Amino acid sequence: MSIDTATAARVAKLARIKVEDDALPALAQDFSAILGFIEQLGEVDVEDVEPMVSVTPMRLKRRSDGVTDGDQQAKVLSNAPDAREGFFAVPKVVE
Amino acid sequence: MAELAQMKIAEARDALRAGEVTSAELTEACLQAIEGAGALNAFVHHTPEIARDQAKAADARIKAGDAPAMCGIPLGIKDLFCTRGVPSQAASNILSGFTPEYESTVSGQLFDAGAVMLGKLNMDEFAMGSSNETSCYGNAINPWRRGNDDTALTPGGSSGGSASAVAADLCLGATGTDTGGSIRQPAAFAGITGIKPTYGRCSRWGIVAFASSLDQAGPMTKDVRDAAIMLQAMCGHDPRDSTSADLAVPDFEAALTGDVRGKTIGIPREYRMEGMPDEIEALWADGRRMLEDAGAKIVDISLPHTKYALPAYYVIAPAEASSNLARYDGVRYGRRATLAQGDGITEMYEKTRAEGFGAEVQRRVMVGTYVLSAGFYDAYYNRARKVRTLIKRDFEEVFAQGIDAILTPATPSSAFELGRTVEDPVEMYLNDVFTVTVNLAGLPGIAVPAGTDKHGLPLGLQLIGRPWEEGDLLNTAYALEQAAGFVAKPGKWW
Repeated sequence: MSIDTATAARVAKLARIKVEDDALPALAQDFSAILGFIEQLGEVDVEDVEPMVSVTPMRLKRRSDGVTDGDQQAKVLSNAPDAREGFFAVPKVVE
Repeated sequence: MAELAQMKIAEARDALRAGEVTSAELTEACLQAIEGAGALNAFVHHTPEIARDQAKAADARIKAGDAPAMCGIPLGIKDLFCTRGVPSQAASNILSGFTPEYESTVSGQLFDAGAVMLGKLNMDEFAMGSSNETSCYGNAINPWRRGNDDTALTPGGSSGGSASAVAADLCLGATGTDTGGSIRQPAAFAGITGIKPTYGRCSRWGIVAFASSLDQAGPMTKDVRDAAIMLQAMCGHDPRDSTSADLAVPDFEAALTGDVRGKTIGIPREYRMEGMPDEIEALWADGRRMLEDAGAKIVDISLPHTKYALPAYYVIAPAEASSNLARYDGVRYGRRATLAQGDGITEMYEKTRAEGFGAEVQRRVMVGTYVLSAGFYDAYYNRARKVRTLIKRDFEEVFAQGIDAILTPATPSSAFELGRTVEDPVEMYLNDVFTVTVNLAGLPGIAVPAGTDKHGLPLGLQLIGRPWEEGDLLNTAYALEQAAGFVAKPGKWW
């Protein structure tokens, strides 16, 4: 399967990773190589096979719906690149 | 002093309890060894003050007679584990400056048991790699060399710093994580022991996520007994990880009798790869003979879907990674790119992730995005999950036939030179050909050093066990270790 530069650009956009135009052909080539490798999966007969959800057969544990934590605002914000007045700060989103 | 850092965990534990050595002395010996081993680039964040404080506390506990097995044992911690107040970057620039406010469950359990943290260990960025060459800290170097040839070799990956540090006696043991072989392949390349337990044995809470359905933590140690002791301290149910198993943790060390009489060991024919080096073939045959001589019954088995494990992995792991790594957005932690006048939030995301992620991580995030995107989800992601079901079924069928463990090579080669495969992502992926099936099936797997190649580099064998039977698996590994008698150490050049 061959990936063109337009597809590579679209995937980069979806992944929110900026890729300069001149880097797209190499990226498309990498994708093509990796997807070519993955193509082998097409040979396997998967008729009536369930896709795996959990590798160990287990029921998810339930816990009571109660508050177990809180009042950690300073700690939550301590690693933020930009935090102001108790909030994460980001570039303007709404005009 | 240097001899102290060469101790095994079991020896150090006994000496500490007997009052023949203190944790403070062991810790100083390791700190000194680390100081002199900058050339290996194994430790990337040094925490001597924490280590000295922990050693002091451990010595007090030992004196008071309250000393769990890991009390006072100096360890290295892979950079993937969040450690409170200590940089935890997953070897990525996108997490530069990140110092967690919390401790991962596994490292927390080790420290609660009295273990000492010497520092954080090098690794591939976000654990994506097989040679430690994708790290933002630069390459970790294998202490092993080809005889007198000074070519720098990879310690493997992703837990390359852990393997290098343990092999070079910079610490008594190290934590690793394994998503497709990241404990077992570096252990094999560095002549040490590494076990990936059954999926769910170790809590994943506080470990930076790569592919959540495959990731497991495990110990990397100087021998099988040490692996049993350290694994014991790392395991256990954690309500903060919904996939953590609520099962009792047996005494793994007590399982080490070395008696494998009556055990049935399977040799899977599909692991005999085209173009596999003769040395690997010979090592595998040696391992088979050793276990047979020890009284095990050897049976040829078939795991027919083996061939499809790597391609399935390279759909599932990137898919999960693309989802897990979506959280690195330049808002909550780590690095944010410098923005230009007028840049909005989308530019912030795109520039931050382009600057912060290395090439391999970007590649995998984008491949994952692609296989999950509309129109391809069924063809790639769902198909890979179905193939994963078949791979697991292969193992279930041989276990149902009475197989106790499966013997395979750990890696398709010995440690290779740095820079060799970095240009070709698919060739690099082939490193995990023998290990990745185990993650896809959620099984325990262990790599044990069993011989050397023609250059004197270590080679490892892998044993794969039944789910939750780590004790039995460790015992088979112990028998193999005793028969192989691998005691070689890298000559010190650093």
